Formats: sequence, C-alpha cells, structure tokens
Amino acid sequence: MTTTALAAVAETEERAPSPRRRRAWQRTIHGSPWTAVGFAAPLVIYLIAFYAYPLMRSVDLSVHDYNVRAFVQGNAEFVGLQNYVDVITSNLFKPALWNTLVFVGLSIIFQYAIGLALAVFFRHNFRLSGVLRALFLVPWLLPLIVSASTWAWMMNSDSGVVNAFLVAVGADPINWLTSPEWSLTAVIIANIWLGIPFNLVILYSGLQNIPGDVYEAASLDGAGAWKTFWRVTFPLLRPVSAITILLGLVYTLKVVDIIWIMTKGGPANSSLILSVWSYREAFGTGQPAFSPASAIGNLLILIALVFGLFYVRLQSREEH
Amino acid sequence: MARTAVSKKRSTWWKTALGVFFTAVMLFPVYWMVNVSFTQRSDLRANPPHLFPTNPTLEGYQAVAEQQLPALGVSLVVGLGCVILTIALAAPAAYAIALLKMRGGKTLNFILLVAQMIPAVVMSMGFYAIYVRLGLLNSLPGLILADSTVAVPFGVLLFTAFMSGIPRELLQAARVDGAGAWRTFRSVVMPISRNSAITVALFAFLWAWSDFIFASTLARNAEFVPVTLSIYAYIGNNTTQWNAIMATAVVASVPAAVLLVFAQRYVAAGVTAGAVKD
Repeated sequence: MTTTALAAVAETEERAPSPRRRRAWQRTIHGSPWTAVGFAAPLVIYLIAFYAYPLMRSVDLSVHDYNVRAFVQGNAEFVGLQNYVDVITSNLFKPALWNTLVFVGLSIIFQYAIGLALAVFFRHNFRLSGVLRALFLVPWLLPLIVSASTWAWMMNSDSGVVNAFLVAVGADPINWLTSPEWSLTAVIIANIWLGIPFNLVILYSGLQNIPGDVYEAASLDGAGAWKTFWRVTFPLLRPVSAITILLGLVYTLKVVDIIWIMTKGGPANSSLILSVWSYREAFGTGQPAFSPASAIGNLLILIALVFGLFYVRLQSREEH
Repeated sequence: MARTAVSKKRSTWWKTALGVFFTAVMLFPVYWMVNVSFTQRSDLRANPPHLFPTNPTLEGYQAVAEQQLPALGVSLVVGLGCVILTIALAAPAAYAIALLKMRGGKTLNFILLVAQMIPAVVMSMGFYAIYVRLGLLNSLPGLILADSTVAVPFGVLLFTAFMSGIPRELLQAARVDGAGAWRTFRSVVMPISRNSAITVALFAFLWAWSDFIFASTLARNAEFVPVTLSIYAYIGNNTTQWNAIMATAVVASVPAAVLLVFAQRYVAAGVTAGAVKD
C-alpha cells in the first residue's frame, strides 16, 4: 500500500476559550484578518497550481482524443465522454474491475486480521515487545521498489526461496509470477505484507485507548481470553477498525508500483487492476494513450471518493 | 504469591519467544534481500538456495559503488528539496488555520483530506501534460514539485493538529512583548512545534526517496535518475546480477533503517497522527 499521507484528518480540536477571552484574543492576535490569509496563501496557490490544475488537465485529457502529436501542439479533438465509454465497454474493463475488487478486498481483510491479531498480541507486556513492534515497521518504511523486487526474486519460479520452501515441505512449486492463475495471489501476498505494519500501528494505538478497568471488569466476570476479545476488545475498537479499513481501501485502490514491478499486470492481464491499467496505457507502452488512461484514472478517483466520503462522515460522527 | 510470580515470568518468556518468531517471519524478506546481496553470482540460482551467504562476496556492493552513486545523490537532493518545500508551505498554513483562526480553515482541511485520495497515477498524467509545455520533464525541480504533492497535505494536517494544542496564553504573551504574527510564528510557534516538524520532514523525505510513479513518468529520460528508477532499470537490463540489484536495494533502504533507529517514536507518531483520535 502506498501509504501516503495518513494524517487523514487531524481535525483541529478546538478547545475554544471562553467567549470573553476569545474576543480579547481576536483583538490582540488576529491583527488584520489578512494576516492569516497571508500565511496560508502559499499553500492555497500551491494547491491550485499543483493539485487543481493537474487534475483539470487530467479531466481535459480524458474528454479529448490526445495522441503524442496533439499533446505537443495542443489541438486534440474534443470527444466528450467517448473515452469513458470506450474504457467501460473494453473487454479489459470487467476483469480489471474484478481484479481490483479481489486485490483490494483480500488485501484489506488479511492486513486487518493479521494486524489486529498482532496488535492484541503486542498489547501484552513482555520483554522486547517495544523493540519487536518497532521492527515490524520496517516493511512499511522500505521503498516499494525494494520490497517489490525482493518479493519478485523470492517468488521466482526456479530459484526463488518460496518455492524452495514449498518443495521442502512436500508441496509442488508454483509459478507465482508467470502463471495467470497465481499472479494476482502473488501481488496480494506482497501487498498484505506491506500493509500489516500500518494496521498494526493504528490498531495498537486504538487498543491503548481502551481503559484497563474494562478488562478488569471482564476478568472479574470470569470471561476468558477469547470471550474478552469478542465481547470487549473488538466492539470497543470498532471506530478505529472502521477508520483503518477505510483508509486501507482508499490507499490500496491507488497501488500501482508493487504490481507494476512484480508482474506489470500480467501475464495475460491476470493481475491487472484499474490503477495499473491506467499507468500502462499512459506510460507503460511505447505509445502513450493519455486519453483512455486518464479516463480510467478519473473513474478510480470517483471510486476512491465514495469511500473517502464514508471516511469523512465517520470522522465527523466520531467527533460528536 | 510466589507461584503466581513464577508463572508470570514463564509466560512472559514464552511470549517473547513468540514475538521474536513473528518478527522473524515478518522480516524474512528483508533478511533475504541482505542475504542475496552478499551471494556469489554463481550461487544465485542454487537449488535449494543458500540460507546464509556461505561464501560472501562484495561484488554487488562494488557494482553499487560504481554505478549507483549518482542516483543516490539525486534521491537525496529530491528528498531534501521535498522536505524544505513541504515545511515551508505546510507550517505557515497550519499556523493560519490552527492559531490565527483563518476563515475557511475547515474547508481547507477538507480539501487536503480529499487531495490525499487522488491516485498518484492520475496526478502524474496531469503533471506530464503541464511539464511538456513548461519544459520541466526530466528536471529535478519538476520531480521535487510533483513528489511534494504527497507530503504537503499530510504536513498541513499534522501541523494543524499539533498547533491547535498550543496554549493561547503563550501567544498572547508574545503579543504583549510586541511580537507580530510573523515573529510569533518564527520564535514561539515553530520552536514548540519542533517534534511535528521532525515528523513531517521524515515522512516528506521518505516518500520522496521511495517515489517510483512520479519518477518513472516525469523523469524517465533524465540524465540523472533517482535510485528507485535506477533499481527498476537495473532489474530490466539485468536478470542475472540479482546480488547487485539486492545490494542496491539494501543501500536504498538505508534511510528507512536510519529513521527506524533514530526516529522511531516520530515515525509511530506520524502513522497514527490524525488517523486515530485520542
């Protein structure tokens, strides 16, 4: 997961001073209301120039028919939503959408389940637990190209260590990256591995916020470990879980590099997800097809936004 | 009493062993990367593979030293450029939102939240279209700007969350002493926000250092490419020298390792910042 910014909301907790103090504050500190605007102006200009404008260009690309020449001369023909129609009716759309669902769904489920199990495990105090937990962050801090190429080598059919292990325990070796049946599984495994640290850290800090006396009460009532987990930990962790999963969804949808480096979406499109398809159309072949590529990309934004809005609603509900 | 103490100790020992086991499984790929980086080329295809570099070689690292130093330098410059840009943009804006109570601050925060959901692949196409015209393709400033889009929203949100907690009295005191908004920002707010600044800087650097998508779309024909792209090219041209590829990977992971050792608590703070509310 290209876990980019996680500062997801960092909503300002306004511990507002009392009205009188607040007025005094405004008089003294605010100075002119333009002061604040002045401090924020560079950011606003930046956002317009390097977010809004590129996005606008991407929409513009998707409603024109851009080829390389039109790109430089800027005289591409306006085709309306034709690129979107082409993409959705393309015979790659259905498999890519399906692969996206499988990739995102399985990644999230396993990342979350393993992350949660580890978080519960690390909640116990034992020697070295802090150090070991820190070490768990390593996969998340490594550049994706590093982890992806390591996994690619580990999953190499002939001399990969994964197959050596399978043979050692008596199973058949698998053509992880070169067979259409296994390529999606291979990239999902690598992606789960990448996402575990993030889930572990967030869920662990969620666990820290569950008051200890709830557990004391549970143990007084004679609840065993299993029961305590399902009746106490899991329900109390639900808000944090929801946020973890939604963030995971949004970020997993964006994944390109890991799949591109390991399989390029192949063989025979078997590990092609929407984001990789978009990347391949635009930059992955000799002939850049920016218009369909940005149409796919924009569809992806729409999907991410749906989840994103869920997330925002959840956040604001949490606040109240 | 004594018996419980003993059984407690024993269960702790058992948990530590289990924890070490889990960590070892999780970190196996990292170990494998290091192991392969020291393996002789003739042993790379050994079946079964050697679990330890039985006959270690520095051949891979020699190749790194000969071929990858410029790429590492480029990544360093891009990373530092992103750090400077991100802090310069994010800290003042967060000051305006959190402490100067700028109107529209909430809207701005919402926009930043949404900005983080936009896939980099879409951004890269927009950037490509713009850079073609401006002649910024394959240039360091172009890459720094594009890479910074990952860290800037995060930076603003993190700074805003932290700065909201700064006691107002402190700023009022500065005001009484005759400090203007800028002076207050520079001499009071920023020094207090040091830890947040470190966290933001770490992440800005790490993301820029690890970026592959922007590098592979906006700087693919550059004279000097960042290390992610050069590893990628290495894999493409080189299917036999996996020890050199893995040695480059090890070297490219050094910043992550350094961060982990020196800045672990900032990293954890950054991951959880904002995602989980206290």
